[in-house]
Amino acid sequence: MTAQGQLKIKQDEINEVANPEVAAFLREQENKSMLRFLTCGSVDDGKSTLIGRLLYDTKLIFEDQLAALEKDSRKHGTTGEDFDFALLVDGLEAEREQGITIDVAYRFFATSKRKFIVADTPGHEQYTRNMATGASTADVAIVLIDARQGILRQTRRHSFIASLLGIKHIVLAINKIDLVNYSQEVFERITGEYLSFAKDLGFASIKPIPISARFGDNVIEPSENTAWYQGPSLLQHLETVEIDTDIRDLPFRFPVQYVNRPNLDFRGFAGTIASGRVTVGQTLAVANSGKTSKVKRLVTANGDLTYAVEGESITIVLEDEVDISRGNLLVPTNARPHVADQFAAHVVWFDEQALMPGRSYLLRTETDQTTATITDLQHKIDVNSFAHEPAKSLELNEVGFCNIATQAPIAFDTYKENRVTGAFILIDRMTNATVAAGMIENPLRRASNVHWQALDVNKTARAAQKHQKPAVLWFTGLSGSGKSTVANIVEKRLHLLGMHTYILDGDNVRHGLNRDLGFTDEDRVENIRRVAEVAKLMADAGLIVLVSFISPFRAERQTARELMPKGEFIEVFVDTPIEDCAARDPKGLYAKAMRGELKNFTGIDSPYEKPEKPEIHLKTIGRDPADLAKEVEDYIL
Amino acid sequence: MSDRKLTHLQRLEAEAIHIFREVAANFERPVMLYSVGKDSSVLMHLAMKAFYPAKPPFPFLHVDTTWKFREMITFRDEMAKKLGFDLLVHINPDGVEQGIGPFSHGSNVHTHVMKTLGLRQALDMYKFDAAFGGARRDEEKSRAKERIFSFRNDQHGWDPKNQRPEMWKIYNTKVAPGESIRVFPISNWTELDIWQYILLEDIPIVPLYFAAKRPVVERDGMLIMVDDDRMKLREGEEIAEKLIRFRTLGCYPLTGAIESDATTLPDIVREMLVAKTSERQGRAIDKDEAGSMEKKKREGYF
Ligand SMILES: Nc1nc2c(ncn2[C@@H]2O[C@H](COP(=O)(O)OP(=O)(O)O)[C@@H](O)[C@H]2O)c(=O)[nH]1
Repeated sequence: MTAQGQLKIKQDEINEVANPEVAAFLREQENKSMLRFLTCGSVDDGKSTLIGRLLYDTKLIFEDQLAALEKDSRKHGTTGEDFDFALLVDGLEAEREQGITIDVAYRFFATSKRKFIVADTPGHEQYTRNMATGASTADVAIVLIDARQGILRQTRRHSFIASLLGIKHIVLAINKIDLVNYSQEVFERITGEYLSFAKDLGFASIKPIPISARFGDNVIEPSENTAWYQGPSLLQHLETVEIDTDIRDLPFRFPVQYVNRPNLDFRGFAGTIASGRVTVGQTLAVANSGKTSKVKRLVTANGDLTYAVEGESITIVLEDEVDISRGNLLVPTNARPHVADQFAAHVVWFDEQALMPGRSYLLRTETDQTTATITDLQHKIDVNSFAHEPAKSLELNEVGFCNIATQAPIAFDTYKENRVTGAFILIDRMTNATVAAGMIENPLRRASNVHWQALDVNKTARAAQKHQKPAVLWFTGLSGSGKSTVANIVEKRLHLLGMHTYILDGDNVRHGLNRDLGFTDEDRVENIRRVAEVAKLMADAGLIVLVSFISPFRAERQTARELMPKGEFIEVFVDTPIEDCAARDPKGLYAKAMRGELKNFTGIDSPYEKPEKPEIHLKTIGRDPADLAKEVEDYIL
Repeated sequence: MSDRKLTHLQRLEAEAIHIFREVAANFERPVMLYSVGKDSSVLMHLAMKAFYPAKPPFPFLHVDTTWKFREMITFRDEMAKKLGFDLLVHINPDGVEQGIGPFSHGSNVHTHVMKTLGLRQALDMYKFDAAFGGARRDEEKSRAKERIFSFRNDQHGWDPKNQRPEMWKIYNTKVAPGESIRVFPISNWTELDIWQYILLEDIPIVPLYFAAKRPVVERDGMLIMVDDDRMKLREGEEIAEKLIRFRTLGCYPLTGAIESDATTLPDIVREMLVAKTSERQGRAIDKDEAGSMEKKKREGYF
């Protein structure tokens, strides 16, 4: 298949006389390309009706589906006696009942020129993420407008998201033109308004078309009802719109997906060409390491190729033994991508749990993965007005612009340059949910410029001088659980043994270093981040550090753990049931919180996430603090 | 000379290959669910291509309901031998013990016990964390909304309202222990794409897809092939030899044949070009009620 000849040979085998239709059909396929488009519009603009109509009129609806449609139309339909085309595409039960489109649905139809993949996406603001999902792979967006209503908030929102996700071609489908008497004036007014607000959104083409999804005007064929309109029908336009041929002209980008090594004689790098082309003999560089080698073979199951282009899934064999693994990017030596561990990006937030600056997430590009934190949320963007607003976090469906720092440098292009190598997603490390999609705007500084001062007096030297192994004992537990009591006893005993220790707790940190922080979730995350960094420096100084903080979130404790070398971080869960903590209430805080005078109090109106596998689990009930301290001491000595 | 432009089939093929490799690179224990039908044949062919010159780095699993057409079983074993892949066959022993079958228990109970529960057993037994399937989005409405990487909880359940957003070709492959992902590399193919690809790539398929004279009985508006003597005739029914073929294959008592004289692949493609009914029409399982597929999928059906 990858070898072009194959189609032709096959075709000749198909007997023209016996099977003229099939022969003709196959000839057609040879030039048939693919177009992915997205439909967006508000509820009732007629999106589903339009897609149903496209499927119906291109004969992709079968008789049994029509019979089912007829039955459904009577049950749920909104069109009286007529077919309700929308029911063809509204898939999930909940949607049929509520009559709205909740999730992205993918639909297919084909003409002799193109195969179309349609992403049908919901229009509500609370489904911004679904629209972003559909838009991420689309070449064209059809923005539907109800001719009676004109441009609405959601028209602006949909256009903005399409532009954010890098869609270059817009079809402005001014629908229900039948309901405004096929008025040219209405059509031109709406078109004018649209062009004026969309001019800054960076679209390469905007094509306004007056249509009636319900009655079919200008959907497949130009309609006589709109004799004043000279342009193509919607389908004619979709069949011919030039989608980015530019992607072929971009520099070669090959994200290595899989190292194929069946035996000692074969070592190939499998992946899909993101952009550009590659030829046998060409010199390629590994973006991250800078190592280079020549292409020896371009392997496919249908035989080796002499060159390969954007979109092909191939396996590259190089001349030399170069160290390459999944996540590396192979590029031409004269057109390299950015390699950095800090960059600025637009982010669309997908999760119920808000974005937290400072928290660490998994960042994934097409094949690479590392951990990342949002270091600075510069602003959020109102998707309806495009206004920039200050923000401390991002909620579900919000769009923001932020700085991101990754643990290891990644290779990328800006999203504007390349939609494949400029994109990433963020994954929550605890729930594994996909929490965000990101589009890289620009690198912040070259990671290669930062290198650590190589010190002769190092951690090992400092620790050796103190005759001890540095450690971070991380005490976590509810307020009043006994963290500080136990930590204090542990420190005293270690001190008596001649060890060098230090306690970090709320009293000495919150009053100084962290006095700018309160108790919101964001501030708690930042609080712990700073404490973890200080603990790390102290451990680097050779100390045994005792950290005594409620530290309610698993994610931050995990981040702290990962800051330290393996084995150095010791999580001590001081486990006292909340009833007992509240009964003890040494500082009277529970009483206050329960009276509502204290907000965001852990265990009352702010969650405490128990450690899943602490190194030391102290169940305090019925035990003596000195006894508990001994347990900790025994663990580290 | 200008570079070749990819046809839509070449793009579909490249996408599927990409998905296969993505799973192999990210999961500990993937498996391919092999149902022996035409979609499975295409899937198998794509899997062989994806890892060429190596063999696919995962086994193939067939959940046998004991009611498949006999020719399917023969074909399955031949393919395994010819291509040299690792074939696992699982039959739900509880179902066998209880004598579950489509004639005695109806299509719903039979499918639930032998297919859905059988599949769950096999996945649990081998602790597979990713399973490839040949489902396509054009088959059925609820499938149209399913992701390519479709998350399953530790009970194998699908939550249609809580699917992970799937952006670009960046797939979130993270699962907790016990959870898994179903992966559908040919999500974006249509039935016509499948046939066209089979034709162009010369992919072997079960002979039942080609028209031949076969013994059938007309029952509940469907043509059911009498594949063995477990099928008892009802009153008024009689076996007739008809020129038939199948557009889709499953358990023989639940799969309707169509009358056809398409004996070659080009014939089938020609028939497809003028087809007036969808392939699922021949499946008893979807007909119960609208949304029945969605319900089954939530319970862990493929
Ligand atoms: N008169 C007229 N009605 C339409 C047209 N397009 C859609 N409708 C009706 O508008 C309503 C909403 O359409 P639907 O496709 O469900 O909208 P969606 O929410 O955007 O998918 C239905 O009652 C349709 O029949 C049109 O072009 N003309």
